[in-house]
Amino acid sequence: MLDTQTPDDAVIKVSSVSKWFSHFKVLKDVDLTVGKGERVVICGPSGSGKSTLIRCINRLEEHQEGHIWVNGVEMTDNIKNIEAIRRNIGMVFQSFNLFPHLTVLENLTLGPTLVRHMKKKDADALAMQLLEKVRIPEQAHKYPLQLSGGQQQRVAIARSLCMEPEIMLFDEPTSALDPEMIKEVLDTMIELAESGMTMIVVTHEMGFARTVANNVVLMADGQVIETGAPEDFFGNPQHERTRAFLDQILKH
Amino acid sequence: MAFTPLAKSVTFDPDARLSAVDWIRQNLFQNVVQSLLTIAVGYAIVSLAWFLLRWGLLDAVFVADGPEACREAAGACWAVIGVKYRPMLFGLYPYEEHWRLVIMIVIYLLTVVLSLWPRFWNLRFLVPLWIFAVTSITVLMFGGVFGLRYVPSNDWGGLPLTIILFTGTVLIGMPVAVLLALGRRSPLPFARGVSVVFIEAMRGVPLITILFVAVNVFPLFLPQGVEVNKLLRITVGIAIFFSCYQAEVIRGGLQAVPRGQYEAAASINLTYWQTTRRIILPQAMRIALPSITNHIIAAMKNTSFVIIIGLFDILTATSAVMQDPLWRRYYVEAYLFIAFIYLFFGYSLSRYARQVEKWINIGRI
Repeated sequence: MLDTQTPDDAVIKVSSVSKWFSHFKVLKDVDLTVGKGERVVICGPSGSGKSTLIRCINRLEEHQEGHIWVNGVEMTDNIKNIEAIRRNIGMVFQSFNLFPHLTVLENLTLGPTLVRHMKKKDADALAMQLLEKVRIPEQAHKYPLQLSGGQQQRVAIARSLCMEPEIMLFDEPTSALDPEMIKEVLDTMIELAESGMTMIVVTHEMGFARTVANNVVLMADGQVIETGAPEDFFGNPQHERTRAFLDQILKH
Repeated sequence: MAFTPLAKSVTFDPDARLSAVDWIRQNLFQNVVQSLLTIAVGYAIVSLAWFLLRWGLLDAVFVADGPEACREAAGACWAVIGVKYRPMLFGLYPYEEHWRLVIMIVIYLLTVVLSLWPRFWNLRFLVPLWIFAVTSITVLMFGGVFGLRYVPSNDWGGLPLTIILFTGTVLIGMPVAVLLALGRRSPLPFARGVSVVFIEAMRGVPLITILFVAVNVFPLFLPQGVEVNKLLRITVGIAIFFSCYQAEVIRGGLQAVPRGQYEAAASINLTYWQTTRRIILPQAMRIALPSITNHIIAAMKNTSFVIIIGLFDILTATSAVMQDPLWRRYYVEAYLFIAFIYLFFGYSLSRYARQVEKWINIGRI
């Protein structure tokens, strides 16, 4: 049986989560709440724990203290809970992590056929529809390494969408891209946001944060320093740490 | 600091080709030492080639009714192969039944060639094919049905025995190797422990020990009246030995698959076995392919170890045949013939592996 007590109406609730990498405490009592359809951007200096935090949400990392709920299901060691939560969550990685030995189309249909038990024909149709959405249907039969970085990342987004998740996690999706390819990926993400997807995005793209986010979170040293709507976060930061961070990344 | 060019300024012409004379002068006779070396090595190569040509071809005897014809000749006595090829290739197997072995080899080669062809990589074709091949080869080798004379496996020998040992080793050994490699990296302590102990123990003993255990010790542990065919015991013994080394090769491939591949698979909720079969193993096997091939070729030659437990594989059968006092002088020719057969199979395997690497690179498989 799944543990389905809902703490409140949040889609994702992270409550006092702490995590250690052996003796190093990477997350310190982190709280985060994300409502349905909300877009949260997490920023902060490298090593601040922002990637670790979202990786805890779908159990690519294990947290040691505190609680994480997704759609009312708590993330526990129970494989059923983990699978139930992952079913609702898609993830996009900094290094794309496409399967290099499969074609683009096979990358997309693998999950639907194996996990969602769709027929191959239906999975192909779904995959092509999503490739249209990210504007690279003509690359369906190529292998990932034959594509540019921006195209690979869009394929990765489409692969996640093939599982029809309610929530998307983005772990620095544009950090490994050449500057001229960042826009095509951000545009895809903006369209996704406009369609009402719940999103948590770890990124340094402050322009994206300003225009798309409902909430911007600054993390430093494993802690949430400041949370706010973009206009407050950028226009009137409350914390010294936030001001220093914004100074550093906006002044050049 | 002055920038004085040392090299001559030249205009590069991508179409320029060296004339043969210029090439020889530049590469073979550039200075005195090089010229002397060229002459010395050239002389050695030419005289060796001339000796081999005279020995192997010009002065050789190709057909002879008896060893007398060879005795007068200065060159090789290839006639020995014509006289002795049947016991060399087929060992102690009854002479008048050799046609069964010829059919067996044809079936085997056809099955292998079809199986290695990507066009036929389809379980609905390969499984029946191998069931047919194994059944028909078993029937041909043992006999005892359809009016075929029964031949016990102790009388098998020569090339068919080598083929059976080698193929059995790879067919049994590869799946076990994959399981051991996965086990060694498993998150389950039990699977990991079993794999580590098994691999380290088997790698720690010589193949000869394993063969002796399979032949002499293993039967002691069987209940009264139960008997496992000796050839099967030996094949399984060699296969286990093979799989322990191959497991470590495959583990190297597994370790080279980036962690992100596991994470991507986890994020779309694939199970452990789905991830392993569809994502990790295909990539690991591609990475490890050169070493895997290396090991399979070594396994083919290791089959000759069965000499120590009294089985007549192709090499042992040849040694036995060459005890014949009339022909024993010509053992070099006989061994060259066997070496050629080993070379044929070994080289075919390595050419095939190169082809597979090419297919992988162009994304065909």
